[in-house]
Amino acid sequence: MNNAFAKKLKSPSVLNIMYIPALIFFVVFIFYPFVKGVRISFLEWNGYSQNSRWVGLDNYKRMFADPDFYTTVKNTFIYGVGSTLFQNVIGLAFALLLDQKLKGKVFVRTVVYLPVMISSIIMGYIWYFFFKYDGGAVNDLIRFISADTEPIDWLASSDRSVWIITFVNTLQYLGIAMMIYIAGLQGISKDYYEAAYIDGAKGFSVFKNVTLPLLMPSITVNIILNIIGGLKLFDVIMAMTSGGPGYSSSSISTMMYQIYFVRMDAGYAAAMGNFMFMMITVISMFLLLYLRKKEVEL
Amino acid sequence: MKKTFMYITMFIITIIYLVPFYILLNVAFKPTTDTSSFWVPPRQFYLGNFTNAWINAKLSRAFINNIIITFCVVAVVIIISSCAAYPLARYRTKLNNIVYMLCISCIVVPPLTILVPLYKLIVDTTGTSTYLGIILPHIAFQLPMAIFLYTGFISSLSRELDEAALIDGCSRFSIFYRIILPLLKPVTATIVIFVGVNVWNDYTFSVFFLQKPSMYTITVGLSQFFSQFSNEINWVAAGCLLGMLPLTTLYMFMQQYFVKGLTAGAVKG
Repeated sequence: MNNAFAKKLKSPSVLNIMYIPALIFFVVFIFYPFVKGVRISFLEWNGYSQNSRWVGLDNYKRMFADPDFYTTVKNTFIYGVGSTLFQNVIGLAFALLLDQKLKGKVFVRTVVYLPVMISSIIMGYIWYFFFKYDGGAVNDLIRFISADTEPIDWLASSDRSVWIITFVNTLQYLGIAMMIYIAGLQGISKDYYEAAYIDGAKGFSVFKNVTLPLLMPSITVNIILNIIGGLKLFDVIMAMTSGGPGYSSSSISTMMYQIYFVRMDAGYAAAMGNFMFMMITVISMFLLLYLRKKEVEL
Repeated sequence: MKKTFMYITMFIITIIYLVPFYILLNVAFKPTTDTSSFWVPPRQFYLGNFTNAWINAKLSRAFINNIIITFCVVAVVIIISSCAAYPLARYRTKLNNIVYMLCISCIVVPPLTILVPLYKLIVDTTGTSTYLGIILPHIAFQLPMAIFLYTGFISSLSRELDEAALIDGCSRFSIFYRIILPLLKPVTATIVIFVGVNVWNDYTFSVFFLQKPSMYTITVGLSQFFSQFSNEINWVAAGCLLGMLPLTTLYMFMQQYFVKGLTAGAVKG
């Protein structure tokens, strides 16, 4: 082998070509569309024709004047904050229980984790069998308990459907939060507990002063993960209500889908996409910084 | 006393998690003419729903599509991300740190937010309803996490391995190929499961990019099937059961790998 060439192969910088394929993917499929999306949001465009018209900030003005948009933002927050709250509180409770010396705990963990394997669109359909108006499992149960109760149309009004969707999403992905908490709990050295007992701490005060602070890294991970997952929720909503009736149970993501494919309003849809991106980035960054600070304090 | 309470709670949790599957099985095995409550088990196991679902939701085609797409995405992601992670883990120059930060920042971009321009890009280049048109965006969005996991793992391997090989006259590339690559098996298993489950279960990309029935994946096929036959709820249930069978079966046999794969991807994000 040529000596100069051999030398080149030994210098570290030559290796940098190894990440070029990955960079190409990012540039073409993430960065370029992102920039393009900002441009599209300034256009009036139906999504497929060659003609489009520059309208400046009109799409954003329309968005902030659109009452449907506020409904979807509100729903998106319920999906995001609701799922995060439930998954963490219940997930931690499950983890505390299933970390005890109990027979059959591995089986219960397996069962709780099982829905993670299932596509959330299928999960949505399975729960649709429960909340269906006509012959749905929940209405049957109500009728069984008291025969003369009128069946409830669970998914017809947003008061209920938004929370039902949050519940379905929570139940499906609770297993991940639980497993992360179990891993966190097992990482806490027994010495801390012994020290706490010697100091006379008991029950809840041990949990509050020993377990919770030491679990903070797991809490951060779970909160960030769940808030992003909840704010971008799409599949379950499509399966259970398609965002309807109207936009009453829509999140920003399903409304965007409707606007793009049904209303053929690509500029508006792109503006919503950008809004959603900003919203998720700002919220998750803010939360991350806040929780990291908490981790240090505790 | 305390233990009894714990066992009762465990029992209730199990019931809550298994009831949906109980209902699903009941509905899937009842003929459409049987209008008894979903809570009542079927009198005999009727298999007609499965044939109807299999044919009408075009599930055989959908399974093939799912296998092709998932396999290609997983294979390409593993190759590209393991290569990319090596220089990023070993040579932390200023440039490489910037590249690494760019990769990581892609993890938080929800694909939905840029779907409008991405869709336009796919229409203009590969076209919708093609394998390439769904595989390429999937790869792009699965790469960041894979690079992240590989970089973390390679950083934890001793540098002396590389140095010893370098002294023995190995080129930088053959160090990666001969020394590092064979050591990556455990993290590769994690990434295969993480990416595989994500892609297999994907609905968001598939519903945008695959619009020809012959290209439907299981999730899109089932959702089209559902909107077409929403009155034939037993068929839909049978379709759902068929659709979820492959991954749940795999999960039952390789539980610890699946939990590790999906949770590791989550924890380190």
